[in-house]
Amino acid sequence: MPHLDTYLGLLHHAEQTLTDSFVTVGHGHQAEADVYHTCESLARMSLEHEKQLAPVVARYGEQRRGEDVEEPERLHAAGVAQVRAGAVGLLRDLQDLYLLATLVHSCWTVVLQAAQGARDRELIEIAQQCMEETSRQLTWIQTRIKVGAPQALLIAP
Amino acid sequence: MSKAEAAMDRIADIWGDRTPHDRATVWPARVDSYLADGITEAQVDRWVISACVLCSNGCGCDIAVKDGRMVGIRGRATDVVNHGRLGPKGLYGSIPFAASGDRLTRPLIRQDGELVETTWEAAMGRVVEVSQRLLREKGPLSHGFYTSGQLFLEEYYTLAIIGKAGIGTPHMDGNTRLCTATAAAAMKESFGCDGQPGSYTDIDWCDAIFLFGHNMPETQTVLWMRILDRLAGDQPPKIVCVDPRRTKVAEAAERTGGVHLAPLPGTNQALMNGLIRELIANSWHDREWVDAHTLGFDDLAATVEPYTPEHVGEICGIDPADLRRAAAIFGESERVLSTVLQGFYQSHQATAASVAVNNLHLLRGMIGKPGAGILQMNGQPTAQNNRECGADGDLPGFRNWDNEKHVQELAALWNVDPLVIPHWAPPTHAMQMMRYAEQGSISFLWISATNPVVSMPESARIRRILGGDQCFVVVQDLFLTETARLADVVLPASGWGEKTGTFTNVSRTVHLSDKAVDPPGEAKSDLDIFLLYAERMGFTDKDGAPLVRWRTPEEAFGAWQECSRGRPVDYTGLSYDKLRGPTGIAWPCNTQAPDGTDRLYTDPVFPTDTDQCENYGHDLLTGGTVTQQEHLAMNPAGRAFLKGAPYQPPHEQVSAEYPLLYSTGRTVYHFHTRTKTARAAALQQAAPDAWVELSETDATGLGIGEGDRVAVESPRGRIEVRARIGRVRPGAVFAPFHYGYWDLDAAGPDGGPARDANELTMTVWDPVSKQPLFKTAACRVTKIGDATGPASAPSTTASAPPDGRQLPATAGGEPTMSRIVTPTPDYPNDPSLGTDSPAPTTTIAGSQ
Repeated sequence: MPHLDTYLGLLHHAEQTLTDSFVTVGHGHQAEADVYHTCESLARMSLEHEKQLAPVVARYGEQRRGEDVEEPERLHAAGVAQVRAGAVGLLRDLQDLYLLATLVHSCWTVVLQAAQGARDRELIEIAQQCMEETSRQLTWIQTRIKVGAPQALLIAP
Repeated sequence: MSKAEAAMDRIADIWGDRTPHDRATVWPARVDSYLADGITEAQVDRWVISACVLCSNGCGCDIAVKDGRMVGIRGRATDVVNHGRLGPKGLYGSIPFAASGDRLTRPLIRQDGELVETTWEAAMGRVVEVSQRLLREKGPLSHGFYTSGQLFLEEYYTLAIIGKAGIGTPHMDGNTRLCTATAAAAMKESFGCDGQPGSYTDIDWCDAIFLFGHNMPETQTVLWMRILDRLAGDQPPKIVCVDPRRTKVAEAAERTGGVHLAPLPGTNQALMNGLIRELIANSWHDREWVDAHTLGFDDLAATVEPYTPEHVGEICGIDPADLRRAAAIFGESERVLSTVLQGFYQSHQATAASVAVNNLHLLRGMIGKPGAGILQMNGQPTAQNNRECGADGDLPGFRNWDNEKHVQELAALWNVDPLVIPHWAPPTHAMQMMRYAEQGSISFLWISATNPVVSMPESARIRRILGGDQCFVVVQDLFLTETARLADVVLPASGWGEKTGTFTNVSRTVHLSDKAVDPPGEAKSDLDIFLLYAERMGFTDKDGAPLVRWRTPEEAFGAWQECSRGRPVDYTGLSYDKLRGPTGIAWPCNTQAPDGTDRLYTDPVFPTDTDQCENYGHDLLTGGTVTQQEHLAMNPAGRAFLKGAPYQPPHEQVSAEYPLLYSTGRTVYHFHTRTKTARAAALQQAAPDAWVELSETDATGLGIGEGDRVAVESPRGRIEVRARIGRVRPGAVFAPFHYGYWDLDAAGPDGGPARDANELTMTVWDPVSKQPLFKTAACRVTKIGDATGPASAPSTTASAPPDGRQLPATAGGEPTMSRIVTPTPDYPNDPSLGTDSPAPTTTIAGSQ
């Protein structure tokens, strides 16, 4: 498996970034009670994915960032370190979350394909479940963006 | 007085005497009545048909009128809902508000910071001027409408068309969001559409009744009488109670060989997953029925698998053996009825837990048969109509905002461009509207017949929002409520008995309420107020004709009937004439069912088809919406959905600083923020002031005794009230939510001690139903003063002291009359028709 470890590293990093970003966005937008509480739940979900990766990483290893990594990350998704203010700021932050979750989703897609090729039942199961949960995260973000967009763009102070 | 007639203090005897009721027989009729001021029936000028509006039960009644005044009330013996009975609130609380000296009789307008009396011309002129200016400058999204569970169908429908097609704003919701949004959401998730599956006649037939977070003896007293009468007859049902307080339901559970489960507040979902798991593990489910009529079994089974009785016991703080016993009662009884209310709807994971109740029934095929029913309850008398007519975050006629065809139907009906009707997302829910008002992006908020300053969570925040300058607030009400005190314009409205209209109860039963008397002063019916606004705003359809084409309630009803045509909520077979007697009629009522429909899903085909359903469903954890494509791919084809969700810990957990779990709720003697009930002397005296209930264990640990003055604090606020050593489970605290500040002549505590239970609650809502959660805050309780007597909590109900502690019994109602009616009338669609028990000739004393 010459390159699976590279992707596990990428995936692990992407999930970590997403976890942290859910926490940041949730806490930064506490006045939006639903965003605060849902981001908290979804951060837990991503954290759980990281834990589920552990046994797989134990078997395959992972390549993290550094000089000697094959196919280094060119798109640096640093995550949301600080939230923006206001209704439009919330929209933009949710869009950032959406991008990060999309990256996670596509990483799982790649890993799931590889897991099938490798006939790795454990990884297939983990990847299917985590991918499905990432879809749920995306669905919520999309739902929240759709609900808030007209008010934010047309009328918010 | 004949031997079948009894005079009774119904403050002391809340449920009256028993008329025993055997299984699968017609519930006997008993007419309860009350006439004020010593007036006798012979002196009454006329009786006017109506139904009671002091809870969601919808008891048919007649209003007694003498000399142009309402003087009393009498239950209708022939009505399917109550068979003549009324509860203490209906008897004592229906009438006094009308003649109360502090009714609003003229519009008020804010001038130099003060509300002063003005004319309708000036008040409506100001409303229209602000409304038109904002529409011009900021557009329709600047407008929000927050309405009620107290108006009539005709008023909701009129408001819905004004908001959705006149202005074109998505910001319209009702306080039904606080009481019944989860009932609707749970039915949409499971069955595809709102619409109560069951009927009250299920009580007559069932072998077991599960009450999930539903203190029915206090919230729907007449429905509880029906259960008490079953318990007094042959083959009584077993009762299972899920409630952290030892309510009268819990006592009945103990008496009937049922179970009382008292989970820690916030853990309902774990409990429900445990019950479902037991059902599957013991093969009590009907696999064949499940395969034929549902979708999602395998996922549900996998979701609940970890919830063993022991695991659930740990999470909920209950005995695993009790969970097993409860599951066995559900699994082994021939017919089970479940009812659900605020203990689930206003608690953590509200929709998931309420959907889980539907799951239990679907797993056993316990739906659509007499006695095997579900009653997802409502809190308010007309909440159902708000859901139907779309003044509350739905589209009219249970139409789906995400289904272009449904929106086009409305556009055609109203003759407007479909783009005018906001449907890019579901209509905005109340809590989000308040957030927009807080930010000033909603800058025109019209509040009708509700009092959010007292009833919404985090009262101080709501006072700040409505009292601020960023939003123009119109309040339409009977009295100068806490909310009205913060308004810019106050419009005086007519109440029950002062206007005509229809409304629909929890069991889909529609009643007509005729105008009995004129409203005081210049007060107008809510319908006339909305029509006046529509006319002054000049709302038109796309051909330039007036958008609202009706002037009278009956015309509005006719327009609504057209809107309901072909939808599950079909009213086309009804008319005002038909509703004038002898009984209310349950929808759907059309050419196929001219006498209405007792229960739904007898086929059992569910309205889950993609073209038909009210929404496509949600992720129960996040509220993320299922798309039309995803829904089509599932091919529901009339099958119901089994949907599960894992338990998640509540958002606010106890800590060293806030070690107790805080929950709010009702007492039997009051309704909402006491707008009507505090003006009825008997009810007000029965529960005159706020209190907080603590368990004996916690009180002892805190050095608190009965009647001590205590401070209850959460991270959001503090109240100071008297302590009742009560019947809550250890670790939990209960506070009644009725007590605000209007009778102290204020909108808030104004620097003095606070008493509104919502000073402490959190701004948080369920992800699917968006219902605010009033039952999952953390708090601490400290003694701040000695008792001068017992707390003012009633001792006749769940707020009674624990067994072994005696306090004076709550009493003091003037005599009411109760009369057994023989022979028992025939009730249309009653599955027991022609099989009534031998009618009792005397009542049996000793209510429970």
